[in-house]
Amino acid sequence: MSEKATIIVHSGDMDKLSSALIVANGALAMGMEASLYFTFWGLLRLKKNGLSQGALSKMNMLGLGKLIIKRRMKKNNVATAERLMSDFRELGGKVIACEMTMEIMGISKKDLAEDIIDEYGAVGTYISEARDSSITLFI
Amino acid sequence: MADINVDVRKETCPVPLVEMRKALRKALPGDRVIITGTHAASKKEIPMAADALSVKIVSIEESGDEWVIILQK
Repeated sequence: MSEKATIIVHSGDMDKLSSALIVANGALAMGMEASLYFTFWGLLRLKKNGLSQGALSKMNMLGLGKLIIKRRMKKNNVATAERLMSDFRELGGKVIACEMTMEIMGISKKDLAEDIIDEYGAVGTYISEARDSSITLFI
Repeated sequence: MADINVDVRKETCPVPLVEMRKALRKALPGDRVIITGTHAASKKEIPMAADALSVKIVSIEESGDEWVIILQK
């Protein structure tokens, strides 16, 4: 199992996080390793109970758009961010939190859902993950 | 050798793949993983994943909206 997918989760938007988690779970399911590197607005999703707090990247309409999409996702049985994160971790995926973003935004470890974070790191951590990854994405 | 049943009917992407992977991780060599689902794309993708994981595809059957894929570890 040497193939690997490394994804930078830069956006904190609900739909983009969902895409990142789906791709990462797909990679694990198909036998790759996977790492999610949460930075900037993405890092906010690692705050306690923060996974589902993002807005829609388009047509959010003060939260109305998000509500409609959430209802449609539920109706179509689409997995929630919480479930996807728990599956991701169960299948051996790694969650990395960006330390520089924590400093910029004044976020400390105790503000974050520490139970889902495997590692705290900076760009060197990303590069060392990404240099032997056959898939890297910036979402 | 045991059979592990995975019911992912009505589940959508990526849940069928993820549940297949979880079952395969728990299975012992020789065990069969029997996946029942309704998500059309997963019927194509579970065999792709099985190939990537070097897992044997025993059978793929479909009746109506439902498919059953049997894998063997």
